[in-house]
Amino acid sequence: MPTGRLAVWWLIASEIVIFGGVLGSYIMHRIGHPEWANQSVHTNTWAGAFNTLVLLTSSLSAVLAHNAASRGDGKRAAKLMWATIGGGAIFLVVKSFEWTNEIQHGYTISSSTFWSFYYTAAGLHGLHVIAGMIVMMFVASDAAKGKELQRVENAGLYWHFVDLVWIFLFPLLYIAK
Amino acid sequence: MSTAHADHAHDHSHDHAHGHHDEGFIKKYLWSTDHKMIAMQYMFTGMVMALIGGFTVYVFRMQLAWPGMAVPGYGRVTASDYNALVTTHGSVMIFWVAMPVLIAALGNYLIPLMIGCDDMVFPRLNRLSYQLFLLSAIILIASFYVPGGAFGGAWTAYPPLSAKAEYSLTGLGSSMWLLAVALEFAAFLLGGINFVTTVMNSRAPGMKMFDVPIVVWMIIIASILFMASVGPLIAGAVMLLFDQQLGTGFFDPAKGGDPVLWQHLFWFFGHPEVYVVLLPAMGIVAEIITVFSRKKLFAYKTVLYTAIGTGVLSFFVWAHHQFVAGIDPRMANVFSVTTLLISIPVAEMVFVYIGTLYGGSIRLTTPMLWALSFIAEFLLGGVTGIFLGSSGSDIYFHDTYFVLAHFHYTFFPIAFIGSFAAITYWFPKMFGKMLNDTWGKVHFWGTIIPFNFIFIPLFFLGARGDHRRIYNYQHFPDLMKAGMQDMRILATISLLVLLAFQVVFLVNFFYSLFKGAKAPANPWEANTLEWQAPSPPPHGNFPQGLPTVYRGPYEYSHPDRKDDYWPQTEPAQQS
Repeated sequence: MPTGRLAVWWLIASEIVIFGGVLGSYIMHRIGHPEWANQSVHTNTWAGAFNTLVLLTSSLSAVLAHNAASRGDGKRAAKLMWATIGGGAIFLVVKSFEWTNEIQHGYTISSSTFWSFYYTAAGLHGLHVIAGMIVMMFVASDAAKGKELQRVENAGLYWHFVDLVWIFLFPLLYIAK
Repeated sequence: MSTAHADHAHDHSHDHAHGHHDEGFIKKYLWSTDHKMIAMQYMFTGMVMALIGGFTVYVFRMQLAWPGMAVPGYGRVTASDYNALVTTHGSVMIFWVAMPVLIAALGNYLIPLMIGCDDMVFPRLNRLSYQLFLLSAIILIASFYVPGGAFGGAWTAYPPLSAKAEYSLTGLGSSMWLLAVALEFAAFLLGGINFVTTVMNSRAPGMKMFDVPIVVWMIIIASILFMASVGPLIAGAVMLLFDQQLGTGFFDPAKGGDPVLWQHLFWFFGHPEVYVVLLPAMGIVAEIITVFSRKKLFAYKTVLYTAIGTGVLSFFVWAHHQFVAGIDPRMANVFSVTTLLISIPVAEMVFVYIGTLYGGSIRLTTPMLWALSFIAEFLLGGVTGIFLGSSGSDIYFHDTYFVLAHFHYTFFPIAFIGSFAAITYWFPKMFGKMLNDTWGKVHFWGTIIPFNFIFIPLFFLGARGDHRRIYNYQHFPDLMKAGMQDMRILATISLLVLLAFQVVFLVNFFYSLFKGAKAPANPWEANTLEWQAPSPPPHGNFPQGLPTVYRGPYEYSHPDRKDDYWPQTEPAQQS
């Protein structure tokens, strides 16, 4: 396996255990505290669902970018990666509206352990979205000049991982009652 | 990454073309991407941190032996000083000495040399890893100078003590401790990814999986263990930091949290961590024992499989730290069994090493003495662990000096005997000079004998009920019965002797570094690839071209050969 891709896989493996720690702790608490459902009804499931759709779509454009890069079409790959970055930006904007609304209603990180987990887990994920977007920007600007096209796939791999974490977070934080 | 390799080759030819390439001090020593220089940075930082860790133990052992005395070089020790000192001693010795020296320094130094390539696959990531590590060390040291002083909640940082400033009395210090630990983990994650990727992709032509020296295998297994176990603690550190600074209640029962959750997150990392540092030390011992027994490693694949077995099992033992934390007794039974099971693969490795010694022509050099003492002392550490792994007896021994003595009988061999073995063995390669063997042996005996005199009394004190987190035993008449204080004084005096003999090591190290006899490329007549490079290896490691490998690393005393060693690079027809 090419060295870069191998390293991204190892990075993802070590990130999985980090999120595993947060989500494992959350799940164990949640099983012991069915009354947390009274808190989780105040999350905005529709906003979460919309964001899930946005992230999935951005993963699609990341795949298409990889496809273009493997054909050697760096310009198209770069355009598609900018679409992915746009998806990440929409995700963050929606998220910030959600959080503003929740904080205005008095649900802050220290309101209860549910909200502590809510902000910590989603915040940690949000930082990964931002990191992924920054990586994408560097790789896209190289790809537009036809350089380092193998990196398109590596950045995409990381993006899929960030997407996948959200797939776990969404039902656990928003839907579970 | 073939392009990157081509780039490297280009860089080297460039260097050679210019002959002596004069770099500035900063570029050469502080901003280098050369794996050997980064290894040296890790090693020397680790040595400085070991001096800090040694100083802290000197101060608090003096307080324990002679409570209330003005410790020379420190002054009177207050109760909160004492807490900060024991916490710092534990954290520094594990995270800033054992980890950087055994894994980061030796991994960086040995991996490219032993698998026959010119550098790590990600040299700049490697440099970043060291810089993060250095930053974490600076933050930890700086925490001594903030209001309230350094963190005083023990190296395990159990909440609620660690979560609330009004309990630990070190509000800022505890947050800086957490930040330092988290940064250090990030540094080693980057390093681990680099190590694993390098070994998977950059081995010399001809080097198959089972031709890789055991120490490289061990460092790789340890890196993977670290990467797989540290995540929950990073998550836990973030949660604890929020508890301290943002008023969340992840570990606060009053807010719906659970303090035992931290213990799970901590020990899910903390116990594999023992094996993260043990395995590289075991690997070092394997290399040294084969070379100085002039004999093939008794069972290469057994060592490998038992190491992997140890690694896997190490994920299922963590709750043996929590037998008294209110976990379900049925769970305690399960964890007792897994804990006792893990002694089997470790014992198997020890048997293999003894099997290697059997019938060998043993050369008692300084590194060999360290390797042999590792086996003996670690064995004692392992055997005393049986008492603590069984939940029944652990309830009595928990949080006594028995635990502490057991822990040090495992960790001192790992962190110090292992490091001294490695440094005395690879010193000629690292610096191109020979260490003085006589002074090396003086240092060896001056370390090993007092080490036993420190911790054997502590076993007895622990069995008599000495609780480990007490600042002044005079307040506890039950713990001041006949002879108990004498044993504490014996331990402290032995510690002073041990510390004094480290001066011998430092003098020998630096004297040999500048004035020692010049080392040949292969002073120990060893087989592995690093000894085929010049001492010290130049940038790019193998000026005669990257080596090709023809056989495994342990072909000593082969019956068809005149020489009793057979370097991995030597083609068969020359035999």
